[in-house]
Formats: sequence, structure tokens, C-alpha cells
Amino acid sequence: MVEWTDFERATIQEIFSKIDSGVVGPAALSRCLIVYPWTQRYFGSFGNLYNAAAITSNPKVAAHGKVVIGGLEQAVKNMDDIKTTYKDLSVLHSDKLRVDPDNFNLLADCLTIVVASQMGQAFTPDVQAAFQKFLAVVVASLRKQYH
Amino acid sequence: MLSKKEKKLIKEIWERLTPVAEDIGSDALLRMFASYPGTKTYFSHLDISPGSAHLCSHGKKIVLAIAEGAKDISQLTVTLAPLQTLHAYQLRIDPTNFKLLSHCMLVTLACYLGEEFTPVAHAAIDKYLSAFAAVLSEKYR
Repeated sequence: MVEWTDFERATIQEIFSKIDSGVVGPAALSRCLIVYPWTQRYFGSFGNLYNAAAITSNPKVAAHGKVVIGGLEQAVKNMDDIKTTYKDLSVLHSDKLRVDPDNFNLLADCLTIVVASQMGQAFTPDVQAAFQKFLAVVVASLRKQYH
Repeated sequence: MLSKKEKKLIKEIWERLTPVAEDIGSDALLRMFASYPGTKTYFSHLDISPGSAHLCSHGKKIVLAIAEGAKDISQLTVTLAPLQTLHAYQLRIDPTNFKLLSHCMLVTLACYLGEEFTPVAHAAIDKYLSAFAAVLSEKYR
């Protein structure tokens, strides 16, 4: 069981209540596809991913970014048992989508950076540590059902 | 692989950060110590509390070295030769830690530059910092 301090719990809740999920999700996913272009391998059906401008304005990328943030919001609502909450999602990523789990860390890093640029100085080292711990638990839960 | 455009962008950004090297450097280090406590083990001989003189001077050193390398990325191996020796034979910092500091450096830049830290700038600097770390660890073995 993951142990969350009061600070960590409050920080995660606050971040997700403050950020504009309609903006952060798409921004993080498109950033991931731009900064780590090999991740595009999973998005063959998304159309034009030719350059940064195309990726940023791609409506399928934006829509999917919102789906990803929606998934994270589920984890925020169930912080004390993300593993169980994500069981089916993990099976989906492993068996159907066949995503190399190392990619989860790449998207997590991009998410951190997008939230950082939104929050500016309020994204202190301690807030960052709490956010990264949360994402680490999310990533571990997504990896759990891989076999 | 860095394009000409990317090298120019990297050079410009680090030039702008040079006057605030202390702030950027100490911020990145603090982030790294908070998120990756294992990294603190390399600093047991220094006072790395927020705002300390050691933290500021060390942060400044790191950012200035990165900025110096950015002036001519094609000459990175030459520019970093003394630092290569230092890290390989004296400091012997496990190179996996370079990735951790690089990530925290990117977060610092995101907080500092906000909207200006575009995906394109992010990609260029991430690539540069990876190259920097790779050159730094060349003499390890």
C-alpha cells in the first residue's frame, strides 16, 4: 500500500483542481510525441504527425490527451488503491495496445513539465516531488498486469 | 542529432540564462534533491539547504559549464575535457544521476520560461543535455 503524507495528498488534489485538464492533457501528449518522436509508433492512425506544428494542432492527439488526463483523474479519486483502479487499463495497455511500459515514464516527464510551466514558481521542489511520486505510482500500476 | 536551428536555439537560451545561473542551478539541484533523495549522498560535504552559499555556487558552476558547452556544441568533447577527468576520476558520480539532474533542469526551465519553453525548445535542450551527459561520462571506463 502506498503511504501518502498529508502534504502529498493535498498537493495532488490541489494540482488537479487547479490545472485546466482540457489544456494539460493535449499539451502533455503532443509534447511527448514531439520530444520523443519514437512514441509516435503507437499513433499510426492519428494522421499528420509530421512536425511539431502538425502534432500540436492534430485534433486526434488533443482528444486522446483528454482521455489520458481523464484516466489520471480516476487515480486522483482513488489514491489509496490506484493499483486496483488501473487493473483493466493495465491489461489494455499490455494486451491490446502493446505499449512498451518505458514510454509511460516519457509521458509522465512531459506531464510534469507542462504542469510546471502552468504553475510557474508555485511548482516548488516539494510539490514536484509529490507530483512525481504520484506519477510513479500511476506508472507502476499501469505496468502491473504486463506479463 | 541536433540541427543547425536547434544548436542556435540552444545557444541563445543558455546565453540568456547565464546572468541568472545561480538561480537556475540552485533551483534544479533543489528539485533533484527533493525528488531523488539518493542524489544527496554526493553532497554530504556541503551545505545544500535552500539558499545556502554552497548550493548557489555549485548550481552556478553547473549552469555556466552547460552554457559554455552550448556556445559551440560541435566542440563539446574539447570544452568538457577537464570536467570529464574530474567526474571520472574524482567525483565518480554514477552517470544515471545525470539524467535526473537533466530532467530537473528542464522542470526549472519550464517554471522559469513558461510558455516560451515550447515543445521544440524542450526537445532541443533535452537532446543537448543528453549529449552533454554522454560526453561527461566518456572517461569513466
